[in-house]
Amino acid sequence: MDMFLQLLVIGLAVGSIYALVALGFVLIYKSSDAINFAQGEFLLVGTYVCLTLITAYNIPFLPALLLTLLFSALLGLVVERMVLRPFIGEPVISMIMATIGLSSFMAGCVHLFWGTDTQVFPKVFPDTPVQIGPVVVAQVYLWSLLTVLALLAVFTLFFKYSKMGIAMRATADDQQAALSMGISVKKVFAATWAISAIVSAVGGVLLGNINGVNSSLAAIGLKVLPVALLGGLDSVPGAIVGGFIIGILESLAGGYLDQYLGGGVKEVVPFVVLVLILMLKPYGLFGKREIERV
Amino acid sequence: MRSPFVSECGEFCTSYRADMALYKIPRIRYRVYGVLFLFLMLPWFVSEYATSLATLCAIASIGAIGLNILTGFTGQISIGVGAFLGVGGYTSAVLTTTWGLSFWIALPLAGLVTALVGALFGIPSLRLKGLYLAMATLAAQVIILYTINHWDGLTGGTGGMILARPTLGGFSFDSEMSYYYLTLTILVGAFIFTSNLFRTRTGRAFIAVRDRDLAAEVMGINLFRYKVLAFAISSFFVGLAGALMGHYTMVISPEHFDIGVSIEYLAMILIGGLGSVVGSIFGAVFITLLPVVLRELIDIVTVYLPQATEHFGALRQMIFGAIVIVFLIYEPEGLAKMWRNFKDSCKLWPFSY
Repeated sequence: MDMFLQLLVIGLAVGSIYALVALGFVLIYKSSDAINFAQGEFLLVGTYVCLTLITAYNIPFLPALLLTLLFSALLGLVVERMVLRPFIGEPVISMIMATIGLSSFMAGCVHLFWGTDTQVFPKVFPDTPVQIGPVVVAQVYLWSLLTVLALLAVFTLFFKYSKMGIAMRATADDQQAALSMGISVKKVFAATWAISAIVSAVGGVLLGNINGVNSSLAAIGLKVLPVALLGGLDSVPGAIVGGFIIGILESLAGGYLDQYLGGGVKEVVPFVVLVLILMLKPYGLFGKREIERV
Repeated sequence: MRSPFVSECGEFCTSYRADMALYKIPRIRYRVYGVLFLFLMLPWFVSEYATSLATLCAIASIGAIGLNILTGFTGQISIGVGAFLGVGGYTSAVLTTTWGLSFWIALPLAGLVTALVGALFGIPSLRLKGLYLAMATLAAQVIILYTINHWDGLTGGTGGMILARPTLGGFSFDSEMSYYYLTLTILVGAFIFTSNLFRTRTGRAFIAVRDRDLAAEVMGINLFRYKVLAFAISSFFVGLAGALMGHYTMVISPEHFDIGVSIEYLAMILIGGLGSVVGSIFGAVFITLLPVVLRELIDIVTVYLPQATEHFGALRQMIFGAIVIVFLIYEPEGLAKMWRNFKDSCKLWPFSY
């Protein structure tokens, strides 16, 4: 039972990061129908920038994080303008391949500037583990869970009350209607990419604190797909719920099944879930069902 | 007798039969034979190294033609080619190395097994479209690779498997030149099959499914049958390519078939031209030779910038990504379209308006 709770808590913490990154993914899909296969690389770039600011320029963690977020937002804007805008309304495969090309390009840049060795994130959170009932948890996990929950709350409020948030929801709902109401769809797309890059960077910094920083962090970009699909590709609450479910499933499967199946179950479980969802409920838990009219 | 220097400047077919012909005018037939002859003569004039590159290009072309049947002609996106190559390679490895079967039996069987696996993963394509299908094939990639990695008893796990070069009678395909001819023969076969496929009922149905699957269904095309068939035919060629690759490198391990390979193959057909058989070959050659050319360039630059060599991997990734994006933005129909444009401008030259 203790092991179960332990795995559950770790799953929750990792799942919260998945939820955050999936949020960025879903935002882009919802507003511009674009699928971002480069989400993992956005995360990677953000993490490395933050790391460099802290270690090479000796900036304290919080200001460094703020600078990173600023940088990520700019990166998102530039990428949207340079790469994605020509593909609005193009076939799905062009969009998929363009973001795959983008991810390859960004991964190459990261290798070029930062090499491939694993780097350790300087300690931000205290080392001493916390005891909650029978479960012992590293503080990093708790902090990441809290950060993510806070961010998710902020974004919920943002979408509900701010002008930009409402404009984004309107665009996602019906692009033409939004245009005719005087919403600048271009600005909305730009903002979406900026926000998506920001949440990825936060996710990356948290993951970097847990696992150390190397290019394998970008693999999360692929894991986000099952998460987003489980929740429904165009549903923000879905991304959050999906993130937690996948995180917990992954952690439990890793804990209980690894010994029978020879390790690495964690990596494959999200994709088995993905196949099951696609077969049983292709539009996920909360996704909008597409109806094709001839 | 028409002058060999005058070419047609439009469509002048007067019957459906003429419109469907593979060679619209006799000259094209001779040109194709000429190109084939050049490729047959190639290994006699270039070094062993160049021959080995040509072999790799030919193997990649077979796989790219396979993927193009599925993605370019039938419109079903697949991000799982890497794993299907793996299925082909490992099937052949198990059949020849473990069970001791002949290569000539193992090669078609590798294709058939891959076709079966491909058809299996093609079944969801009835309900899923575009993005959702891409994700299903991505899942196929991860799950198949996991199976290969962990089914130690059959596949040797992460250690991989050893294969032998094929033999025919007393002759062994050990030399670069002999293996080149083997792959070239299979490539020509694949090329002829695919070019003709799209003149048949089945191929036409594939194109109809791509253009608008609902309309195709209304016109009486059995969507399920043709989508699964497209997956099977496509995977057959991909499996052949995987097996040929395995017997060429003589060792296979899971990392030869990871998601990066799937992406490379997708890039091949996009850069070559979706829905073009010749384009698949252009793209395969382009993507296969890209790192080679880059390596040469870096060797030249190294004289001035000694640290350039260690950044080869990073630069390769960056340039690959950049080329994919640039092609998608400026020439979405790929090298095949560029080649067509070039031919058209030759036809009209010097009055190019």
